[in-house]
Formats: sequence, C-alpha cells, structure tokens
Amino acid sequence: MFSRRSDLPLDRDEQSRFLSWLIAFMVFLAVLAMAGLLVLNSIAGRWDQGVRGTLTVQIAPANDPVKDDVRLRAAVAVLASTPEVERYEAMSETRLLRLLEPWLGTLVEAGDLPLPQLIDVELKPESTIDLAVLTQQLLAKVPGASIDDHGIWLERLVRLIVTVEGVATAILAFIGFATVGTVVFTTRTGLAIHKEAIEVLHLIGAQDSYIARQFAGRALSLGLRGGLMGLVLAVPTVFGIGYLAGRMENMLIPEFALLPIYWAALAALPVAVALLAMLTARFTVMRTLGRML
Amino acid sequence: MNTEDGETVVRFQNVGLRYGLGPEILQDISFTLERGSFHFLVGESGAGKSSLLKLIYLAMKPSRGLISLFGSDIATTSRRHLPALRRRVGVVFQEFRLLNHLSAFDNVALPLRVAGTRESEIEKHVVELLSWVGLKDHLNARPPTLSGGQQQRVSIARAVIARPKLLLADEPTGNIDDALGYRLMHLFEELNKLGTTIVIATHNNHLVKRMGHQCLNLDSGYLSMLPPDQASARMPQLPDNGETTTNESSEQPDLEKFL
Repeated sequence: MFSRRSDLPLDRDEQSRFLSWLIAFMVFLAVLAMAGLLVLNSIAGRWDQGVRGTLTVQIAPANDPVKDDVRLRAAVAVLASTPEVERYEAMSETRLLRLLEPWLGTLVEAGDLPLPQLIDVELKPESTIDLAVLTQQLLAKVPGASIDDHGIWLERLVRLIVTVEGVATAILAFIGFATVGTVVFTTRTGLAIHKEAIEVLHLIGAQDSYIARQFAGRALSLGLRGGLMGLVLAVPTVFGIGYLAGRMENMLIPEFALLPIYWAALAALPVAVALLAMLTARFTVMRTLGRML
Repeated sequence: MNTEDGETVVRFQNVGLRYGLGPEILQDISFTLERGSFHFLVGESGAGKSSLLKLIYLAMKPSRGLISLFGSDIATTSRRHLPALRRRVGVVFQEFRLLNHLSAFDNVALPLRVAGTRESEIEKHVVELLSWVGLKDHLNARPPTLSGGQQQRVSIARAVIARPKLLLADEPTGNIDDALGYRLMHLFEELNKLGTTIVIATHNNHLVKRMGHQCLNLDSGYLSMLPPDQASARMPQLPDNGETTTNESSEQPDLEKFL
C-alpha cells in the first residue's frame, strides 16, 4: 500500500510541511470534538441510568409544621401501599437546602423560606407504574401533592445532548472532509511538480500503483507526524477542560471523566487520520494517472 | 494481449503524427523491425526522428495508423498492460531525463526496482554496469554534478540494465568522445547478438558507415530504408578525427560478466 523508499523527491516539497501542520491542527480539533462527544455520551448515560426508575413526590408547604407532618405521613402511607415502590425516603430540610445551594447560596437557613417536602422514590426494577393512578391516590389523601418522574427534565436534557453530539459529529465529519480535500490538493500539486519524473518512471515501465505507493507512503508519514503533534497538543487541553469541569462538579455538571477505552479511541485518531490521508493520496494518484497515456 | 508471429518486435502501418492542429510531421510511416535487427535512424534535424522514437516507446499516440509492439496493437492494449510492454523497451533519451535527486546508482537501478528485482541483485548488476561505463567512482554522484558525457553514460546504463528486448537510443554518442562512443556501440552490438532489437537515432555519418547496419531514413516526414553507405553519404559530413580504436579488448571480460 505504501513505500518507504521514494524515487520522487516528495520530502522536499513545501506543501508537505504545510500538510503536516494542517493535519496536526485537524487532529487537535478532532480530539477535542471527540472527547466532548464521548464525555456527553457518558454523562447522558449516567443521568439516564440515575434518573430512570425514580420519582419525586412533592408536597406543597402548609406553613404549619404539624399539618406538614400529617401530610407527609399520609403521602408515605400511600407509597408504602403501592407494590411497585421499592424504597422511599423523605428528604430532610438540610438536604433540600444543600440541593438548592447552587441557586440560593449558603446563607439561607432552615425556616427562612417555605420549602416543599420531597420524597425520593425508587421503583422496583422492570416494574411499570401508572403515574395517573398513583397521582390520584396521593391527591385523595394529600391535596396539592404532585409527582415528578423527571421525564420532561430528562427529555430536554437528552435533546440538548443529542444536539451537542450532532454538532460534535458534524465537526468530526468536517475535519474528515477538510483533511481529504487538503490531501487531494497537495497530492495533485505533487503530481504536477514531479510530472517529468513521473513520466520517466512510466516510460521505464512503472505501474500507476508503484507511483501511488510513494505518494501514499509520504501521506501516511506526514499524517502520523501531524497526527501525533495534534494529539500531544490536544491531550493537555482535554485534561485542562476536565480539571475546570471538575471544579464545577459540585455545582451543576456531573463528573467529567473519560474511561480508558475512550482515551484509547482518542489515541487512535491520529492513526485514523494518517490512514485516511494515505488512502486519499493513493486514490488521487491512481485516478489522476489513469487519465494519462 | 495479442501475439502475432512472435518475431516482429515493432510494426508501423500507415502511421501519421501531428501536434495539435499543425501539419503532419510523420506521414504514412510503415515498417517492421524484426527480433535481433539493428537499425540506425537518420534524417536531418527536425525530420521527426525523436517523434518516431516517442511513438515506439509509447510516450505518444499516433494521429492515425496502427502501431504494434511485441505483437500487441497499442490502440487496443489496455493502459494496465502498457507497463509490461514498456519494461521490454530500453530508452536512451536525447536529453538523458535522469532524475536529478537520485544518485547515478539509483537512476540506473530504477528499471530493476520498478520490475520488483531484489535489492541484492540490483546492487550487483548496477555496480558492474556503471563500472563498465567508467563511472565506478561516481556511483553516489547526482546527475547535476556529472558532465554531459557522464550523464549520457548513466542514461545508457539505465536503458540497458534490465536487458531490454528493444533498445531505442536518441543520439546516444552525442556528448561523448569517439572512443567511448564506439565502446558503447560495442555494448549495443553485444546486446544485439543476444537478440535485442536496436534502433539508434544519430547524426554521426562515420558511425553509420563503420557499423554497417541498415538505416531508417526520415525525410520530410516520410520514411525509407537505406543501406549504410547511401545513408552515410546523405548525412552531414562530420570531420573524422580517427579515434575509432579503443582498448575494448581489455574491457571485454567486464562486459561479458554484465551481459
């Protein structure tokens, strides 16, 4: 597919150096886009896994601790009699305040604000529950109670993530097209520059594939070199973004972490881009020379 | 690939060639070259000798007519099969066409590399041949650092290294002294004895007369076959410096080793 020894002075071409740096930049962007894609995928999976099969029962505050307690007990009794419920737990006011901390800060104390009472409910695995029936049962005992199955929140979040994933995929595709276009351009330029030498090679009996191997080998070499440069620049950037996201973790963003397999996928990107460059160069040469005598 | 009688190496039938919309510079060219024949191609400058050679070594397509090489009709031979035909043809280009970024060794090795010969074989044959043409000390020299005559010898070595079935040479002795010229002619004759068909384009009337081979004479775009004496008489008469003898006998063992 490629050749290390070259009969053409491809290593002296100016556009070769340009191609190497361009591939470095492409791989840098591709690594960032792909890291984002993988992290989002991981986050979406964890959110989905964490939220699916759970409910939150919300009881509006009555501004009377006794009444609030009675309403809470009534709601708990309904949940306890529901067979699909695996576990339930009324949230303490302290936990509520901690959840609200990103919006309200740490200065708000218990009793400062009328807070609703929340019951965290976990459903039995594989169980299906009719939320309308459960809501009616709750409302019969606790007027003003509501159930949130996180469906709307999850749906919006998934829609957002799918959109961002689409953008990241489009960026990756754009990078692929740009790489192919650049390699086609530099290969054609190389063919024009070395036209005389290529003609001599043809006249002494070289097959098109013999000449194409030399261009493909050069493109692979430049692709690997540029790809590694891009990867070396991108990895600290990904770590930096991860570090910044980690500092925000306690606030809104879930853990920003890449699994080892994802790191392996990122490390494979330069090789993939180099292979793409090699195949593009070979295809371009074969196609261009195919039109000659 | 078609095969005719297996002995006809080149066949031209009513071949014409024009560049663009210009006049035909080769008209109704018809001839055959049999295996093992030796011809000089003569004619005035601009008569179309180089164009005729280009048609034979498949660098150009004719405007009309039929060209057959080793029994294959060029018009119907697929592009994929042309390299195999070209590998059977050795060419000494008038302007050498050496690859300036490669050493003399690598230039001569090209036809063997293209044919997929092992590197150990390549080294042995290339060094022997370059030694024989007097360039043993210039194996690693790049063409721009060599004189015109040295470049011509590299070009000749490249043309014969793969032992072609057909050797075409365009003014192969134009830049070298008579002694070396005759020595190279001796190489061509030795190849010819082994069955290689030879066509040499030349302006050297002494060479034509001395070697005594049939001549393809190009005149105003038309081709005719002439005996050597007649062809020589028609050519511009170059001064004969008399240096027609060399110490070829001392080089003979090397040549035989190569061949």
